[in-house]
Amino acid sequence: MRSRVAIFFGLMALATAPSLRAQTDEEVEAHKLVLDLTGAFSNEGFKVRDGHWTGTIKPQERALVAVNLYAGNQYWFSAAANAKAKKISVDLYDESGKPVVTETYNSGDKASAGFSPTNSGQYFVSLGLIEGEATAFCLVYSYK
Amino acid sequence: MIFRKRFGTVVGLMTATVVFAAEPTPVASTPPSSTPLPPDQLAKAIKTDSLTIPTPGELFAAFEKPGKPDWAGQYRTPIPVTYRNRAQIALNLGGLIADGFIAVEAQDSQQVKNIGTDIIKLAKALGVSENVLSRGNSINEFAENSEWDSLQEELEATQNEVKTSMQSHSDQDLVILVSLGGWIRGTQVVSASIIKNYDERSARVLRQPAVVSFIHSKIGEIGAELRNEPLVKEVNGQLPALEKLVTFPSGKAPTLDEVRKINQAVSKLMEAVQNKTEAK
Repeated sequence: MRSRVAIFFGLMALATAPSLRAQTDEEVEAHKLVLDLTGAFSNEGFKVRDGHWTGTIKPQERALVAVNLYAGNQYWFSAAANAKAKKISVDLYDESGKPVVTETYNSGDKASAGFSPTNSGQYFVSLGLIEGEATAFCLVYSYK
Repeated sequence: MIFRKRFGTVVGLMTATVVFAAEPTPVASTPPSSTPLPPDQLAKAIKTDSLTIPTPGELFAAFEKPGKPDWAGQYRTPIPVTYRNRAQIALNLGGLIADGFIAVEAQDSQQVKNIGTDIIKLAKALGVSENVLSRGNSINEFAENSEWDSLQEELEATQNEVKTSMQSHSDQDLVILVSLGGWIRGTQVVSASIIKNYDERSARVLRQPAVVSFIHSKIGEIGAELRNEPLVKEVNGQLPALEKLVTFPSGKAPTLDEVRKINQAVSKLMEAVQNKTEAK
Protein backbone atom coordinates (compact mmCIF):
# COMPACT_ATOMS: atom_id res chain seq x y z
CA MET A 1 0.00 0.00 0.00
CA ARG A 2 2.79 2.33 0.98
CA SER A 3 4.55 1.83 -2.33
CA ARG A 4 1.34 2.38 -4.25
CA VAL A 5 0.78 5.61 -2.42
CA ALA A 6 4.36 6.58 -3.17
CA ILE A 7 3.82 5.86 -6.84
CA PHE A 8 0.62 7.82 -6.81
CA PHE A 9 2.33 10.85 -5.36
CA GLY A 10 5.16 10.30 -7.78
CA LEU A 11 2.81 10.52 -10.70
CA MET A 12 1.11 13.51 -9.20
CA ALA A 13 4.54 15.10 -8.97
CA LEU A 14 5.17 13.97 -12.51
CA ALA A 15 2.02 15.75 -13.52
CA THR A 16 3.34 19.02 -12.24
CA ALA A 17 7.05 18.75 -12.89
CA PRO A 18 7.72 20.16 -16.31
CA SER A 19 5.83 23.35 -16.01
CA LEU A 20 6.66 26.34 -13.89
CA ARG A 21 3.09 27.58 -14.13
CA ALA A 22 0.04 25.95 -12.64
CA GLN A 23 -1.88 23.73 -15.00
CA THR A 24 -5.42 24.59 -15.92
CA ASP A 25 -8.23 22.16 -15.18
CA GLU A 26 -8.47 21.44 -18.90
CA GLU A 27 -4.79 20.55 -19.06
CA VAL A 28 -5.10 18.28 -16.04
CA GLU A 29 -8.04 16.58 -17.71
CA ALA A 30 -6.08 16.17 -20.95
CA HIS A 31 -3.23 14.67 -18.96
CA LYS A 32 -5.54 12.09 -17.42
CA LEU A 33 -6.88 11.22 -20.85
CA VAL A 34 -3.46 10.73 -22.36
CA LEU A 35 -2.37 8.54 -19.45
CA ASP A 36 -5.38 6.32 -20.17
CA LEU A 37 -4.13 6.00 -23.72
CA THR A 38 -0.53 5.21 -22.82
CA GLY A 39 -1.67 2.55 -20.36
CA ALA A 40 -2.30 0.31 -23.32
CA PHE A 41 1.25 0.77 -24.58
CA SER A 42 2.56 0.02 -21.10
CA ASN A 43 0.92 -3.36 -21.39
CA GLU A 44 3.24 -4.03 -24.29
CA GLY A 45 6.37 -3.19 -22.33
CA PHE A 46 6.63 0.52 -23.15
CA LYS A 47 7.73 2.78 -20.33
CA VAL A 48 6.07 6.15 -20.06
CA ARG A 49 8.62 8.94 -20.03
CA ASP A 50 8.37 10.94 -16.83
CA GLY A 51 7.47 14.19 -18.48
CA HIS A 52 4.66 15.72 -20.40
CA TRP A 53 3.81 18.81 -22.36
CA THR A 54 0.57 20.68 -22.01
CA GLY A 55 -0.74 23.74 -23.75
CA THR A 56 -3.54 25.03 -25.91
CA ILE A 57 -4.07 24.08 -29.51
CA LYS A 58 -6.13 26.09 -31.96
CA PRO A 59 -7.81 24.95 -35.16
CA GLN A 60 -5.44 24.57 -38.09
CA GLU A 61 -2.49 25.32 -35.88
CA ARG A 62 0.46 23.13 -35.11
CA ALA A 63 2.13 22.69 -31.73
CA LEU A 64 5.70 21.50 -32.07
CA VAL A 65 8.08 20.05 -29.49
CA ALA A 66 11.67 18.88 -29.97
CA VAL A 67 12.69 15.46 -28.66
CA ASN A 68 15.92 13.51 -28.86
CA LEU A 69 15.55 9.86 -29.76
CA TYR A 70 17.89 6.90 -29.84
CA ALA A 71 18.33 4.45 -32.68
CA GLY A 72 17.30 1.04 -31.42
CA ASN A 73 14.42 2.20 -29.24
CA GLN A 74 10.76 2.12 -30.20
CA TYR A 75 8.66 5.14 -29.33
CA TRP A 76 4.98 6.04 -29.11
CA PHE A 77 4.03 9.70 -28.91
CA SER A 78 0.54 10.13 -27.54
CA ALA A 79 -1.66 13.17 -27.17
CA ALA A 80 -5.12 13.86 -25.85
CA ALA A 81 -7.27 16.94 -25.87
CA ASN A 82 -10.57 17.83 -24.25
CA ALA A 83 -13.96 17.15 -25.72
CA LYS A 84 -13.93 20.43 -27.63
CA ALA A 85 -11.44 18.80 -29.96
CA LYS A 86 -13.15 16.52 -32.44
CA LYS A 87 -10.03 15.25 -34.14
CA ILE A 88 -6.35 15.68 -33.40
CA SER A 89 -3.26 14.31 -35.07
CA VAL A 90 0.29 13.50 -34.00
CA ASP A 91 3.03 13.59 -36.63
CA LEU A 92 6.78 13.25 -36.50
CA TYR A 93 9.53 15.03 -38.41
CA ASP A 94 13.26 14.43 -38.52
CA GLU A 95 15.88 17.01 -37.66
CA SER A 96 15.69 18.59 -41.08
CA GLY A 97 11.91 18.93 -40.89
CA LYS A 98 11.18 16.03 -43.21
CA PRO A 99 8.09 13.97 -42.26
CA VAL A 100 8.82 10.41 -41.15
CA VAL A 101 6.65 7.34 -41.57
CA THR A 102 4.88 6.38 -38.38
CA GLU A 103 2.33 3.90 -37.17
CA THR A 104 -0.73 5.79 -36.12
CA TYR A 105 -3.68 5.50 -33.81
CA ASN A 106 -6.46 8.05 -33.96
CA SER A 107 -9.62 8.24 -31.94
CA GLY A 108 -11.07 11.73 -32.15
CA ASP A 109 -9.58 13.65 -29.26
CA LYS A 110 -6.75 11.12 -28.80
CA ALA A 111 -3.96 10.22 -31.17
CA SER A 112 -0.63 8.39 -31.14
CA ALA A 113 2.27 8.00 -33.52
CA GLY A 114 4.73 5.11 -33.26
CA PHE A 115 8.26 5.30 -34.55
CA SER A 116 11.51 3.30 -34.41
CA PRO A 117 14.36 5.60 -35.45
CA THR A 118 17.32 4.19 -37.30
CA ASN A 119 19.29 7.35 -36.59
CA SER A 120 19.80 8.89 -33.16
CA GLY A 121 19.25 12.61 -32.91
CA GLN A 122 16.67 15.32 -32.76
CA TYR A 123 13.12 14.87 -34.01
CA PHE A 124 10.06 17.07 -33.84
CA VAL A 125 6.65 15.97 -32.65
CA SER A 126 3.77 17.92 -34.12
CA LEU A 127 0.30 18.06 -32.64
CA GLY A 128 -2.49 19.35 -34.86
CA LEU A 129 -6.14 20.15 -34.20
CA ILE A 130 -7.88 19.00 -37.35
CA GLU A 131 -11.48 19.47 -36.22
CA GLY A 132 -12.98 21.21 -33.22
CA GLU A 133 -12.49 24.27 -31.09
CA ALA A 134 -9.38 25.56 -29.40
CA THR A 135 -8.65 23.47 -26.34
CA ALA A 136 -6.01 22.19 -23.95
CA PHE A 137 -3.89 19.20 -24.87
CA CYS A 138 -1.31 17.00 -23.23
CA LEU A 139 1.45 15.05 -24.95
CA VAL A 140 3.60 12.28 -23.49
CA TYR A 141 5.79 9.59 -24.93
CA SER A 142 6.60 5.99 -24.19
CA TYR A 143 9.64 3.97 -25.18
CA LYS A 144 11.08 0.49 -25.04
CA MET B 1 2.52 -7.09 -15.05
CA ILE B 2 3.39 -5.14 -11.94
CA PHE B 3 3.47 -1.90 -13.82
CA ARG B 4 0.10 -2.47 -15.35
CA LYS B 5 -1.38 -3.17 -11.94
CA ARG B 6 0.20 -0.10 -10.41
CA PHE B 7 -0.52 2.10 -13.35
CA GLY B 8 -4.13 0.96 -13.12
CA THR B 9 -4.15 1.81 -9.44
CA VAL B 10 -2.75 5.22 -10.07
CA VAL B 11 -5.12 6.06 -12.85
CA GLY B 12 -7.96 4.76 -10.75
CA LEU B 13 -6.96 6.98 -7.89
CA MET B 14 -6.65 9.96 -10.15
CA THR B 15 -9.95 9.63 -11.87
CA ALA B 16 -12.04 7.32 -9.72
CA THR B 17 -14.05 6.05 -12.65
CA VAL B 18 -11.48 5.46 -15.30
CA VAL B 19 -11.28 2.14 -17.00
CA PHE B 20 -8.46 1.53 -19.43
CA ALA B 21 -9.39 2.70 -22.84
CA ALA B 22 -9.59 0.18 -25.60
CA GLU B 23 -6.13 -0.93 -26.66
CA PRO B 24 -4.92 1.43 -29.34
CA THR B 25 -4.33 -0.81 -32.26
CA PRO B 26 -2.17 0.88 -34.85
CA VAL B 27 -4.34 1.24 -37.91
CA ALA B 28 -1.56 1.41 -40.41
CA SER B 29 1.85 2.62 -41.23
CA THR B 30 1.08 6.08 -42.33
CA PRO B 31 3.10 7.63 -45.12
CA PRO B 32 4.17 11.20 -44.58
CA SER B 33 1.10 13.26 -45.25
CA SER B 34 2.48 16.72 -44.96
CA THR B 35 5.20 18.78 -46.48
CA PRO B 36 8.53 19.33 -44.73
CA LEU B 37 8.55 21.85 -41.93
CA PRO B 38 10.43 25.02 -42.80
CA PRO B 39 13.45 25.98 -40.67
CA ASP B 40 11.65 28.92 -39.08
CA GLN B 41 9.01 26.56 -37.69
CA LEU B 42 11.63 24.13 -36.44
CA ALA B 43 13.40 26.99 -34.70
CA LYS B 44 10.21 27.85 -32.84
CA ALA B 45 9.67 24.31 -31.55
CA ILE B 46 9.21 24.03 -27.81
CA LYS B 47 12.14 22.54 -25.93
CA THR B 48 11.65 21.42 -22.37
CA ASP B 49 13.82 19.69 -19.82
CA SER B 50 11.08 17.13 -19.27
CA LEU B 51 10.76 15.98 -22.87
CA THR B 52 13.70 17.24 -24.89
CA ILE B 53 16.46 15.75 -22.73
CA PRO B 54 16.29 11.95 -22.72
CA THR B 55 16.59 10.11 -19.42
CA PRO B 56 19.50 7.76 -18.71
CA GLY B 57 16.93 4.96 -18.83
CA GLU B 58 16.13 5.77 -22.46
CA LEU B 59 19.79 5.85 -23.38
CA PHE B 60 20.52 2.54 -21.68
CA ALA B 61 17.45 0.88 -23.20
CA ALA B 62 18.69 1.72 -26.70
CA PHE B 63 22.30 0.93 -25.92
CA GLU B 64 21.66 -2.62 -24.78
CA LYS B 65 19.53 -3.59 -27.78
CA PRO B 66 22.38 -5.17 -29.78
CA GLY B 67 23.53 -7.13 -26.72
CA LYS B 68 23.53 -6.76 -22.96
CA PRO B 69 26.69 -4.98 -21.83
CA ASP B 70 28.57 -5.63 -18.61
CA TRP B 71 26.67 -3.07 -16.57
CA ALA B 72 28.34 -4.01 -13.30
CA GLY B 73 31.68 -3.32 -14.93
CA GLN B 74 30.64 0.32 -15.19
CA TYR B 75 30.14 0.91 -11.48
CA ARG B 76 32.28 3.65 -9.99
CA THR B 77 33.55 4.02 -6.47
CA PRO B 78 31.08 5.80 -4.21
CA ILE B 79 31.19 9.56 -4.57
CA PRO B 80 31.24 11.95 -1.61
CA VAL B 81 27.79 12.97 -0.45
CA THR B 82 28.99 15.85 1.68
CA TYR B 83 29.13 18.58 -0.94
CA ARG B 84 27.92 21.98 0.20
CA ASN B 85 27.86 23.79 -3.10
CA ARG B 86 24.33 23.53 -4.46
CA ALA B 87 25.36 23.44 -8.10
CA GLN B 88 27.76 20.63 -7.38
CA ILE B 89 25.10 18.74 -5.46
CA ALA B 90 22.65 19.11 -8.35
CA LEU B 91 25.19 17.87 -10.91
CA ASN B 92 26.13 14.91 -8.76
CA LEU B 93 22.53 14.11 -8.02
CA GLY B 94 21.92 13.71 -11.74
CA GLY B 95 24.99 11.50 -12.01
CA LEU B 96 23.87 9.36 -9.09
CA ILE B 97 20.45 8.86 -10.61
CA ALA B 98 22.18 7.61 -13.76
CA ASP B 99 24.17 5.25 -11.52
CA GLY B 100 20.87 4.02 -10.14
CA PHE B 101 19.72 3.16 -13.66
CA ILE B 102 22.97 1.27 -14.23
CA ALA B 103 22.42 -0.78 -11.07
CA VAL B 104 18.87 -1.52 -12.18
CA GLU B 105 20.13 -2.65 -15.58
CA ALA B 106 22.66 -4.86 -13.77
CA GLN B 107 19.79 -6.14 -11.59
CA ASP B 108 21.93 -5.59 -8.51
CA SER B 109 19.69 -5.06 -5.47
CA GLN B 110 22.41 -4.06 -3.05
CA GLN B 111 23.93 -1.55 -5.44
CA VAL B 112 20.50 -0.03 -6.05
CA LYS B 113 19.98 0.34 -2.31
CA ASN B 114 23.42 1.90 -1.82
CA ILE B 115 22.83 4.42 -4.57
CA GLY B 116 19.31 5.10 -3.39
CA THR B 117 20.70 5.99 0.03
CA ASP B 118 23.23 8.37 -1.52
CA ILE B 119 20.57 9.98 -3.72
CA ILE B 120 18.45 10.71 -0.68
CA LYS B 121 21.46 12.11 1.22
CA LEU B 122 22.26 14.51 -1.62
CA ALA B 123 18.61 15.41 -2.07
CA LYS B 124 18.35 16.15 1.64
CA ALA B 125 21.33 18.47 1.38
CA LEU B 126 19.37 20.49 -1.15
CA GLY B 127 16.43 20.71 1.21
CA VAL B 128 14.01 18.97 -1.08
CA SER B 129 10.53 17.94 -0.03
CA GLU B 130 9.59 15.05 2.22
CA ASN B 131 8.05 13.32 -0.79
CA VAL B 132 11.51 12.85 -2.25
CA LEU B 133 12.93 11.58 1.00
CA SER B 134 10.22 8.96 1.33
CA ARG B 135 11.31 7.54 -2.00
CA GLY B 136 14.35 6.02 -0.33
CA ASN B 137 12.03 3.52 1.35
CA SER B 138 10.30 2.70 -1.91
CA ILE B 139 13.61 2.18 -3.69
CA ASN B 140 14.74 -0.19 -0.93
CA GLU B 141 11.47 -2.06 -1.02
CA PHE B 142 11.52 -2.53 -4.79
CA ALA B 143 15.19 -3.54 -4.67
CA GLU B 144 14.48 -6.14 -1.97
CA ASN B 145 11.80 -7.63 -4.20
CA SER B 146 13.83 -7.36 -7.42
CA GLU B 147 11.08 -5.27 -9.02
CA TRP B 148 13.28 -3.84 -11.75
CA ASP B 149 10.61 -2.14 -13.84
CA SER B 150 9.20 -0.48 -10.75
CA LEU B 151 12.68 0.62 -9.72
CA GLN B 152 13.25 2.26 -13.05
CA GLU B 153 9.97 4.14 -12.70
CA GLU B 154 10.87 5.08 -9.16
CA LEU B 155 14.22 6.50 -10.24
CA GLU B 156 12.61 8.55 -12.99
CA ALA B 157 9.96 9.73 -10.56
CA THR B 158 12.59 10.58 -7.97
CA GLN B 159 14.50 12.68 -10.47
CA ASN B 160 11.31 14.39 -11.49
CA GLU B 161 10.26 15.03 -7.93
CA VAL B 162 13.66 16.49 -7.08
CA LYS B 163 13.21 18.89 -10.00
CA THR B 164 9.68 19.75 -8.93
CA SER B 165 10.90 20.44 -5.44
CA MET B 166 13.67 22.65 -6.81
CA GLN B 167 11.14 24.64 -8.78
CA SER B 168 8.91 25.14 -5.79
CA HIS B 169 11.89 26.27 -3.71
CA SER B 170 12.96 28.85 -6.30
CA ASP B 171 15.89 26.64 -7.25
CA GLN B 172 14.66 26.11 -10.80
CA ASP B 173 18.07 27.07 -12.17
CA LEU B 174 19.44 23.88 -10.63
CA VAL B 175 17.06 21.67 -12.62
CA ILE B 176 19.14 21.77 -15.78
CA LEU B 177 22.22 20.84 -13.77
CA VAL B 178 20.55 17.65 -12.56
CA SER B 179 19.77 16.77 -16.19
CA LEU B 180 23.31 17.64 -17.24
CA GLY B 181 24.83 15.48 -14.50
CA GLY B 182 22.71 12.55 -15.63
CA TRP B 183 23.60 13.06 -19.26
CA ILE B 184 27.34 13.27 -18.56
CA ARG B 185 27.36 10.13 -16.43
CA GLY B 186 25.17 8.22 -18.87
CA THR B 187 27.38 9.16 -21.80
CA GLN B 188 30.50 8.28 -19.84
CA VAL B 189 29.19 4.81 -19.07
CA VAL B 190 27.96 4.10 -22.58
CA SER B 191 31.10 5.36 -24.29
CA ALA B 192 33.32 3.37 -21.90
CA SER B 193 31.31 0.27 -22.60
CA ILE B 194 31.54 0.79 -26.37
CA ILE B 195 35.32 1.15 -26.09
CA LYS B 196 35.47 -2.24 -24.39
CA ASN B 197 33.40 -3.93 -27.07
CA TYR B 198 32.95 -1.73 -30.14
CA ASP B 199 29.74 -2.23 -32.06
CA GLU B 200 28.50 0.25 -34.66
CA ARG B 201 24.87 -0.25 -33.70
CA SER B 202 25.57 0.58 -30.07
CA ALA B 203 27.80 3.50 -30.97
CA ARG B 204 24.96 5.19 -32.86
CA VAL B 205 23.33 6.23 -29.59
CA LEU B 206 26.15 8.70 -29.01
CA ARG B 207 24.87 11.02 -31.72
CA GLN B 208 23.28 13.67 -29.48
CA PRO B 209 24.35 17.15 -30.59
CA ALA B 210 20.96 18.73 -30.00
CA VAL B 211 20.90 17.54 -26.39
CA VAL B 212 24.21 19.21 -25.64
CA SER B 213 23.23 22.33 -27.52
CA PHE B 214 19.97 22.58 -25.59
CA ILE B 215 21.66 22.10 -22.21
CA HIS B 216 24.26 24.71 -23.11
CA SER B 217 21.57 27.20 -24.09
CA LYS B 218 19.60 26.53 -20.89
CA ILE B 219 22.67 27.15 -18.76
CA GLY B 220 23.04 30.42 -20.62
CA GLU B 221 19.62 31.40 -19.28
CA ILE B 222 20.23 30.72 -15.59
CA GLY B 223 21.07 33.45 -13.10
CA ALA B 224 24.46 35.09 -13.49
CA GLU B 225 25.57 34.16 -9.99
CA LEU B 226 25.06 30.45 -10.52
CA ARG B 227 26.28 30.56 -14.10
CA ASN B 228 29.53 32.17 -12.99
CA GLU B 229 30.29 29.69 -10.26
CA PRO B 230 33.63 28.09 -11.13
CA LEU B 231 32.28 24.57 -11.51
CA VAL B 232 29.29 25.57 -13.63
CA LYS B 233 31.49 27.84 -15.71
CA GLU B 234 34.03 25.10 -16.29
CA VAL B 235 31.48 22.47 -17.23
CA ASN B 236 29.47 24.83 -19.41
CA GLY B 237 32.64 26.03 -21.10
CA GLN B 238 33.39 22.52 -22.28
CA LEU B 239 29.97 21.85 -23.75
CA PRO B 240 30.55 23.43 -27.19
CA ALA B 241 33.56 21.19 -27.76
CA LEU B 242 31.60 18.22 -26.53
CA GLU B 243 28.76 19.08 -28.87
CA LYS B 244 31.17 18.81 -31.79
CA LEU B 245 32.36 15.43 -30.55
CA VAL B 246 28.83 13.99 -30.53
CA THR B 247 27.99 15.39 -33.95
CA PHE B 248 28.17 12.84 -36.76
CA PRO B 249 26.42 12.70 -40.10
CA SER B 250 22.98 11.17 -39.85
CA GLY B 251 23.23 7.43 -40.40
CA LYS B 252 26.91 7.22 -39.54
CA ALA B 253 28.22 5.65 -36.36
CA PRO B 254 31.25 7.16 -34.61
CA THR B 255 34.50 5.29 -35.02
CA LEU B 256 36.23 3.72 -32.05
CA ASP B 257 38.64 6.62 -31.97
CA GLU B 258 35.79 9.11 -31.95
CA VAL B 259 34.16 7.21 -29.10
CA ARG B 260 37.42 7.38 -27.16
CA LYS B 261 37.49 11.15 -27.57
CA ILE B 262 33.93 11.45 -26.32
CA ASN B 263 34.75 9.28 -23.34
CA GLN B 264 37.80 11.35 -22.50
CA ALA B 265 35.79 14.56 -22.66
CA VAL B 266 32.90 13.37 -20.49
CA SER B 267 35.26 11.66 -18.03
CA LYS B 268 37.09 14.94 -17.61
CA LEU B 269 33.77 16.65 -16.92
CA MET B 270 32.73 13.94 -14.50
CA GLU B 271 35.97 14.33 -12.62
CA ALA B 272 35.41 18.06 -12.31
CA VAL B 273 31.86 17.50 -11.10
CA GLN B 274 32.96 15.01 -8.47
CA ASN B 275 36.12 16.65 -7.24
CA LYS B 276 35.82 20.36 -7.68
CA THR B 277 36.77 22.34 -4.60
CA GLU B 278 33.73 23.90 -3.03
CA ALA B 279 33.06 27.30 -4.52
CA LYS B 280 31.05 28.53 -1.59
